[in-house]
Amino acid sequence: MSAPNYSKTELMICVAARLFEDGATCFIGTGIPMLAAMLASKTTAPNLVPVFEFGGTGAILEELPRAVGEARTFHKGLSALGICDTMESAQRGFVDYGFLGGAQIDPYGNLNTVVIGSHDQPRARLPGSGGGNDVGSLCWRTIAIVQHDLRRFVPKVDFVTTPGYLTGPGAREAAGLPRGSGPMAVVSTLALMDYDPHTCRMRLKALHPGVTVEEVQANTGFDLLLAEQIGVNAPPSAEELRLLRQEIDPERLYI
Amino acid sequence: MEVLESGQGELIQPFDLDEFREWNRTRKTRKLVEKVMTEQEAIAQFVQDGCYIGTELYGTVRCPMSLAREVVRQGRKNLRVCGQGVLELDLWLAAGLVKKLDITYIGLEVYGTSSCLRRAVESGQVETCVEWSNAAISWRMKAAAMGVPFLPTRSMLGTDLLKYSAAKVVQDPFTGLKVALLPALILDVALIHVHRADKFGNCQIDGISGFALEMARASKRLIVSTEQIIPTEEIRRAPDRTAIPYYLVDAVVHAPFGSHPGEMAYLYSRDEPAIKEWVETSKTADGAQDYLQTWVYGLPTHAVYLERVGQERLAQCVARRERRQA
Repeated sequence: MSAPNYSKTELMICVAARLFEDGATCFIGTGIPMLAAMLASKTTAPNLVPVFEFGGTGAILEELPRAVGEARTFHKGLSALGICDTMESAQRGFVDYGFLGGAQIDPYGNLNTVVIGSHDQPRARLPGSGGGNDVGSLCWRTIAIVQHDLRRFVPKVDFVTTPGYLTGPGAREAAGLPRGSGPMAVVSTLALMDYDPHTCRMRLKALHPGVTVEEVQANTGFDLLLAEQIGVNAPPSAEELRLLRQEIDPERLYI
Repeated sequence: MEVLESGQGELIQPFDLDEFREWNRTRKTRKLVEKVMTEQEAIAQFVQDGCYIGTELYGTVRCPMSLAREVVRQGRKNLRVCGQGVLELDLWLAAGLVKKLDITYIGLEVYGTSSCLRRAVESGQVETCVEWSNAAISWRMKAAAMGVPFLPTRSMLGTDLLKYSAAKVVQDPFTGLKVALLPALILDVALIHVHRADKFGNCQIDGISGFALEMARASKRLIVSTEQIIPTEEIRRAPDRTAIPYYLVDAVVHAPFGSHPGEMAYLYSRDEPAIKEWVETSKTADGAQDYLQTWVYGLPTHAVYLERVGQERLAQCVARRERRQA
């Protein structure tokens, strides 16, 4: 088989972009989620309403924002307010989706962006929650985008920064988190995962082209559930690649 | 209300609401008095060793960088800081000024994690990190701005973030829901950079307001730096544009390109090479010190800093700015 004409990161962005629902409000964090949102807005979700935490809503994503507060996050936007407005909108149920990243993810979709090791004597101090915890707590559904390896897909995260399903069914509601909210999917460099509705555990849903179930499992630090039918994600189309390389990230900051 | 869970993090800025009212009554003038001064004067007068201080918005966006550099020059020590920060807090961490952190996010965004934060926390130089989400820290300021002791939220629940914060979980007496109570945050001093202000401190901000409105109202002392000082008649012509009214403000510092190397919406864009210089040099402790020597200690004022950046680079930032639609 010849080598594909795209990178794993490009494929991950394309698979994530296809998950955006047209017309939905969507909380976008720095990095890969911004590329995915831009790609979605130029392909399958032209009416996407991006929400950026420091106050920009409804921007037209013509140039890639490099920070969640910069002017491109309200370029030709519908409103430019502040963080309390966007976060309070999420808290009262106005934000449909949130995209998240993290240094570690566990079978219940809990994410860690605070420390590796113990909190008070960390082996590595990471940036902190930022808006991550709020997005995972307050948006209706969240999608995590994570590079797939054993360091990141772990049985137990060192620190639960952002709530997934916590310890399993009913745990979010028991903790007081809003009813009916929670993780929906994980897009990695190897596959697309969702969550089993009964156990709330991560489940392999579709493989990236050329990847095997065994390869995904070997790069996952816990037993992945398997969907009854495991699909294969379509590779990036020529148009998706053109948009990514020429319009979205021509400086190659990410891809 | 019964407390169901208490975060074990330290409340590193205890507060007294009646004392805050008294402060606002006796220490903040209602008179329209001129408050224009230099960075050196403002930091010398209002920022003390050991004080609790915050900056807004953050590192690469409408950030009071000229004030942040002056704090480093004057070497204010044992600072207790809330952040939410990129370059500005990195400079303070590299200079060894920070003792305790109410931390939400300190990192380099597109360029990844902060080496300065890692060194400062992993070595124990920063004694305490109390964890919060971005919304939580803003709502803590909002509580102070409202003059109430806490705000309830449905964020942070069920996580280690709450466990290592100073929030408390209770059952809401009206609905029975579990909510996290976020304690009010009254800052000793805040630094905010704005587009325009008059000499009394009435401020206008273009674009997103981040958490400027909340922080301005939650602080005992407020130093505003501004791209432009405008006549009060312009403020009076458009009072709906005043985001921060004069009586909150203690100092007005004229700082054109005050957010450099960060951006200022509609005025200038990020200076990417300058940001990358910090990203690269700050990877090692020695590199960070060299940078501080070159760009902070070695340059006595913001005007000299801008001279060193050079007209050509600044003009490029202006040329690449976000433009309003015609």
